[in-house]
Amino acid sequence: MQLTDINKTFGGRGADAVHALKDINLSIKSNEFISLIGPSGCGKSTLLRLVGDLITPSAGDVRVNGKPAHEARLKREYGMVFQQATLMEWRTIRQNVELPLEVMAWSADKRQARARQMLDLVHLAEFERHYPWQLSGGMQQRVAIARALAFEPALLLMDEPFGALDEMTRERMQLEVLRIWSQTHTTVIFVTHSIPEAVFLSTRVVVMSARPGRISAIVDVDLPQPRNFETREDPRFFEKITEVREALRRDEARGAALRAATS
Amino acid sequence: MNQRLERWLPALAVFIIVLVAWEGLVGAFHIQRFLLPAPSLIWTTFWRVLPDLALATGYTAGNAIGGLVLGAALGVLVALATARWTVINEGLMPFAVAVNAMPIIALAPILNQWFGLQNPFSKISVVALLVFFPVMINMVRGLTQVSPAALELFRSYAANEFIVLGQLRLPNSLPFLFSALKVGASLSVIAAVVSEYFGGTQRALGQFISQRAGLFNFPEAWAGIVVACLLGLGLYGIVVAVERAAMPWRR
Repeated sequence: MQLTDINKTFGGRGADAVHALKDINLSIKSNEFISLIGPSGCGKSTLLRLVGDLITPSAGDVRVNGKPAHEARLKREYGMVFQQATLMEWRTIRQNVELPLEVMAWSADKRQARARQMLDLVHLAEFERHYPWQLSGGMQQRVAIARALAFEPALLLMDEPFGALDEMTRERMQLEVLRIWSQTHTTVIFVTHSIPEAVFLSTRVVVMSARPGRISAIVDVDLPQPRNFETREDPRFFEKITEVREALRRDEARGAALRAATS
Repeated sequence: MNQRLERWLPALAVFIIVLVAWEGLVGAFHIQRFLLPAPSLIWTTFWRVLPDLALATGYTAGNAIGGLVLGAALGVLVALATARWTVINEGLMPFAVAVNAMPIIALAPILNQWFGLQNPFSKISVVALLVFFPVMINMVRGLTQVSPAALELFRSYAANEFIVLGQLRLPNSLPFLFSALKVGASLSVIAAVVSEYFGGTQRALGQFISQRAGLFNFPEAWAGIVVACLLGLGLYGIVVAVERAAMPWRR
């Protein structure tokens, strides 16, 4: 996946315009796990939406497997997971996982078989006949992940998927996502606010800064795979956390200096 | 079953207390029976006039249900067009909300003249008109107030508009539709009975009530009013039953 000279401006021209993203260049290899981290307003969710062709850049080029993002979306190469599970309350758990397959006109047999397989993957097989309200927030989010992966998209886009979960559930979900990632060989782009989460999950952490949103550092996380609870106690894990934190702080200091200079 | 009984017990108690107090007060103060007949008298009168009353109720129920179905169907159809084309939405919605706040029932004498007093459609049209607006307004809300994240999800599936309508907007609008239909069920009986006050066939609940009241035969008029209440409750109950069947995912 290749992002070239991406710029995104919201709102009108001149003073009202918000420069959300400035000169973004990033290339992501297949089967990478990339986290986007940065302060609120740094445009990380905007960048994710640009990749998924939910919005279009003001300038620049997004290519996924050599195709423009728009074409990739029409070819159904994206799985999306949001902060809210966004399940259809009128569908059972299995029907929710079947939703993208139904849109893509799979046969009922194939749909059912794949949905069962995906629910197995997220350990929710026995809940297939339940309705969303009968499941906890963490379980609903696992259904959303199963749904996003059901049609084997080339790219999994996750926008703060565990933001609404408590710490314990969150850590369990992180392990689950890593396990699924290693089993399915998808490429993941993961937006988060949490430094440990970004370091724990990713092969690379993209640190972004605000006003205008841009990439300020890229931290390679070469911790051994597969990652597990021992990773969280590895001294190198803490080194990487420090590295990301310092990149974020450097940026903050630079922003403050810039604001002081211009005012 | 026991839990159900417990839940209904307070309401049942209030009902019985009101009936007993009514009966007692009428007796104690010797209230003239043409002003306010006692419940026991209404009850015996009800059985006496049942054949006439049943005929009238059948006619009125037919108009109420016909108008309810017609008004709801038109409301849903117009809502579908309204929600689909923004221009129609912006042009129509302010008027729909304004008209909905008006006493549409005041049009009943006009519609009686338009379609003819003896023509049941003169009553059905009043009912349909009254039911149409709340159904249409609620349905538009249900079709348009979908979660932005859900819309993004369907967009990421490259789903066309029909799929978004069938899989997201329509199911999302069901609770809105049924809350409008519950209002509409009560409105339909009110509209049918009141439009019959302004004339039409004798075998109608509104005519039954207004004629008996005009002859100072209040026990019979009250029997008619009670039946009109029961008719409203019955239609409401049917809507609730259909709602439960249509939305099995509701807890």
